[in-house]
Amino acid sequence: MEVLSNNNLYCSAALAGLYDVFDPEIGLNVVDLGLIYRIDFNDEDKTILVTMTLTTQFCPMGESITADVKQSLSNAFKDYQISINLVFDPAWSPDKISPEGKEYLDR
Amino acid sequence: MLAGDSASGLQQTTSHKVVLPFYVFAAASFLISCALLLLNTDIITQHYFNPKTLAITHLMALGWGTMIILGASHQLLPVLIEGKLDSYLLAILSFIFAATGIPLLVCGFYLFNTGLILQTGAILVNASVICYFLNVIGSIIESKKYNIHAFFIATASLWLFTTTFFGLLLVFNFSRSWLPENSIEYLSIHAHMGLAGWFLLLIIGVASRLIPMFLISKYSSPVTLWWIFALINIALFAFIILKTSGAYPNLYYSPFLLVLTALVLFGNYNYRAYKARIRKHVDEQMKISLLSVAMLLLPLLCLMVVIYFIREDSKPNIVLLYGFCIFFGWITALIIGMTFKTLPFIIWNKVYHSRSIGKTPAPKELFSENLFKVMGLLYLTGFILFVAGILILNDLFLKAGAAILLTSAIFYVINVLKTVFHRVKE
Repeated sequence: MEVLSNNNLYCSAALAGLYDVFDPEIGLNVVDLGLIYRIDFNDEDKTILVTMTLTTQFCPMGESITADVKQSLSNAFKDYQISINLVFDPAWSPDKISPEGKEYLDR
Repeated sequence: MLAGDSASGLQQTTSHKVVLPFYVFAAASFLISCALLLLNTDIITQHYFNPKTLAITHLMALGWGTMIILGASHQLLPVLIEGKLDSYLLAILSFIFAATGIPLLVCGFYLFNTGLILQTGAILVNASVICYFLNVIGSIIESKKYNIHAFFIATASLWLFTTTFFGLLLVFNFSRSWLPENSIEYLSIHAHMGLAGWFLLLIIGVASRLIPMFLISKYSSPVTLWWIFALINIALFAFIILKTSGAYPNLYYSPFLLVLTALVLFGNYNYRAYKARIRKHVDEQMKISLLSVAMLLLPLLCLMVVIYFIREDSKPNIVLLYGFCIFFGWITALIIGMTFKTLPFIIWNKVYHSRSIGKTPAPKELFSENLFKVMGLLYLTGFILFVAGILILNDLFLKAGAAILLTSAIFYVINVLKTVFHRVKE
C-alpha cells in the first residue's frame, strides 16, 4: 500500500527507518503490513504527523508499535516533534499488506 | 486505568495483573489433575459418580479449563467486543472467589465431605461466576458493539452461571432433598450445560475471531457463526427438555445431531479461514489448537455409543472416555496451544512495552519452543495411551498414559513459569 506524504523525499527517509519497526506477533514491518497511511512534515514547526492504524483497535501490541514508530522517526529526524494520529477508518485488513509483505508471509 | 488514550486513539488492553493469576492457578490445577489421575487410575473401572472422579473432573473443568478461559477472556474481551473491560475490581474478585472456592469444592468431592467444605466451595465458585458474568455484560453494554462474538461470550457466560448455580443446588441436594430426584439423576444436565453452553459456545466464539486473526486470513462469515450459535443453544434446550421429561433415549440423537451440524459448520469455517490465510507458516501452537478442533470428534463418537447403550448402562468406561476426551483431549489441547499464543504477549507487553526498537526479543522467544514441542509430543502420547487404557481396561496403559500426561503437565508448568518470570536481559 502506498504511503501518502506532502514531502516524498523526507518520506523515503522516514520509511527507511520504519522498515525496522515490526509487529511482534506477525513478524512483519509496519510499512509492508500497511499500517502507515500518511506521513506529513512541517518544516516551519519542525513537526511530523504520522497517520496510521493497527490490525485491531484493541491490539495488545498497539502501545509498543506506536512507541516504536515514534522512536524510529525521532532517530531519523532529531529536531522534529513526532505525533501519531491513530485512525481506524479505513480499518486495516489483510488487503493492505504489500506484495513484498505477502511474499514474506507466504514463505 | 482502562480508559482509552484519546490523544492517540489507542485503547489500552487489560492489565497483566488481572490476567496472570488466572494462568498460574490454571497451570497448577492441570499439574494436580494429572497427578491425581496417576494416583487414581482405578476410577476407570468404577461408576462415574465417584468422589475421586468428581474431584478430578471439577479440577479440570473449573481449575484448569474455566480459570484459564476466564483469564484469557479478560484479556481478549476488548478485542472481541471492540470495547474495554468494564471493571478491574470484578475481575479481581472473580479470581479471589474462584481461587478459594475451587480448592474447597475439589477437596469436598475428593474427601466426599458433602457438608460445609463442598457447600462453601460451591457458593464461592458461584460468587466468582456472577462477578465474571456482570463484567462481561457490563463491558458489552459499554462497548455498544453487539457483534456475533459478543453474543457467543455473553450467552456462554450465562450458561456458565446456569451450570454453577445448578451445581450449587445439586451440592445442597446431597444433604437436603431440594430437588425431586437424587443429584446423580441431574448430573448429565449439569455437565452438558457446562460443556456445550459454557466451553463449546465460548471456545467457538473466541476461536472464530482469533484463528483467522492469527492466520492473517480475510475469511469471515457471521451468518455461519449465527447458525452455529442457534444450533448449539437449541440442542442444549432440547436435551434439557428431553432429559427432564424422561423421553425415549433414542430421541437424544436429535440434540446430538444439532451439535454435530454446528461442529461441521465450525470445522468448515476454520478450513476456509485456513485456506484463505496469508501467513503460510503455521506455528506449533496454532497446529495443536487446530488439532483440538479435530479432537472434538472423539467425544462425539463416545457420545453416540453412550446414547446407544444408555438403557443398559453397561458401558461406564465409555462414559468416562467421553469425559476424558473432552477435558484431557479437546479442552487441554486447545489450552496448551493457546496459552503460548496469548501468555507471551501479555508478558511481552508487561516487560517491553516502553522499550525502544531493536532491543526486544519477539514474544515467541519468551518461552522455550523446544520444550513446547516435547510437551506436545508427550501430551499426545499420554493421551492416546490413556484412551487405549480406558478402552481395554488395562491398568498398565492407564498408569503409563497418566505418568506421561503428568510429565507433559510438568513441562507445561515450567514453560509457563519461564514466560511469567521473564526479565529484561541487560
